[in-house]
Amino acid sequence: MYKFFEPNKIFSITSRAPKYILILFVIVLTIGLIESLILSPEDYKQGHSVRIMYVHVPAAWTTLGIFSTITLLSIFGYIFKLKNFFLISKSLAPSGFIFNLIALVTGSIWGKPTWGTWWAWDARITSMLILALFYLIYLLAWRIYENKEQVYKITSIITIFGIINVPIIKYSVDWWNTLHQPASINILSKSSIHSSMLFPLIIMTAAFALFSLLIFLMKYNTELIKIKNKGLDRL
Amino acid sequence: MYGKKVKLRFFFIVLILTILALSIYLVLKSLEENVVYFQSPSEIKNVAEFKETKIRIGGMVKKNSVSINMNEINFIITDFKNEINVIYSGAVPNLFEEGKGVVAEGFLKDRNFFMASKILAKHDENYMPPEVKAALEEK
Repeated sequence: MYKFFEPNKIFSITSRAPKYILILFVIVLTIGLIESLILSPEDYKQGHSVRIMYVHVPAAWTTLGIFSTITLLSIFGYIFKLKNFFLISKSLAPSGFIFNLIALVTGSIWGKPTWGTWWAWDARITSMLILALFYLIYLLAWRIYENKEQVYKITSIITIFGIINVPIIKYSVDWWNTLHQPASINILSKSSIHSSMLFPLIIMTAAFALFSLLIFLMKYNTELIKIKNKGLDRL
Repeated sequence: MYGKKVKLRFFFIVLILTILALSIYLVLKSLEENVVYFQSPSEIKNVAEFKETKIRIGGMVKKNSVSINMNEINFIITDFKNEINVIYSGAVPNLFEEGKGVVAEGFLKDRNFFMASKILAKHDENYMPPEVKAALEEK
């Protein structure tokens, strides 16, 4: 279908983009941190521990978004045999994994003062842990398999198995009794989070998305350079 | 249009996703009892037989039901249909409050009494500054 891709053309864009993304990221993160740590009010019930949410929720959203993207790219890459899609997936995965861990750790830190426990085996938390394991085997598969055709197939299978978990994460709080509270933000109906708290949340989400994009571009450039210097495919 | 192989791969993926989704649905359906983190007082009342295992009960702390004497704290968990009395000795989390969500872990003594060994506060999805909360309560 498509010609594989022209490394030089893509590289000329992706190699220049990171520094602009970095500047934008620093600006957005600064605004986000000032908003969430200083300007936003404390919660009527949780007090200042509500501020953990401004890291926890954006991290969870980012990791779910990245996993969904990886799956879509892998499926299309598999159907249409587009190698470039697999490279993009591979470069996206590390930041998704890190944000997954951040969501788990910040959730744990929030859980102790709020619920009274660091960890609970409820459906939301457990399914989020399973997502982290899927990220882990996805990243490991890229390390272990040397044969390109083989690794494309295996990583596609891993993402297809993993994507089933994503709607479970999303709806776990609605389907079952969980310790984790249901979603506060609804696109269709009124959100149960005050606008003064929603604003920093959105800014922080933008900052995390930019950070993922930055890490992605850096990883992707490395992959392109590796392809350029053929024979140096695995470092 | 697309080649035969592309179509074949497409239907293969669709088939895999359908089968996976279906099997996960069935697995979760049959494991429902274990997936839920806690049971409501109504579910406890309807249980036919008692098991000597540790369970969790969740619901609202009934208004004006908390009483603290000596080292013991008594309160009622309600789901607005059925209620259950809880006895607990130990520290409760900061967010434990009348009219708010709670999850108690422990053993059932009988249909009405529950000996808790651990209390967790369940937070709801409402986030707002104290002033807004005060304004809402005035209404």
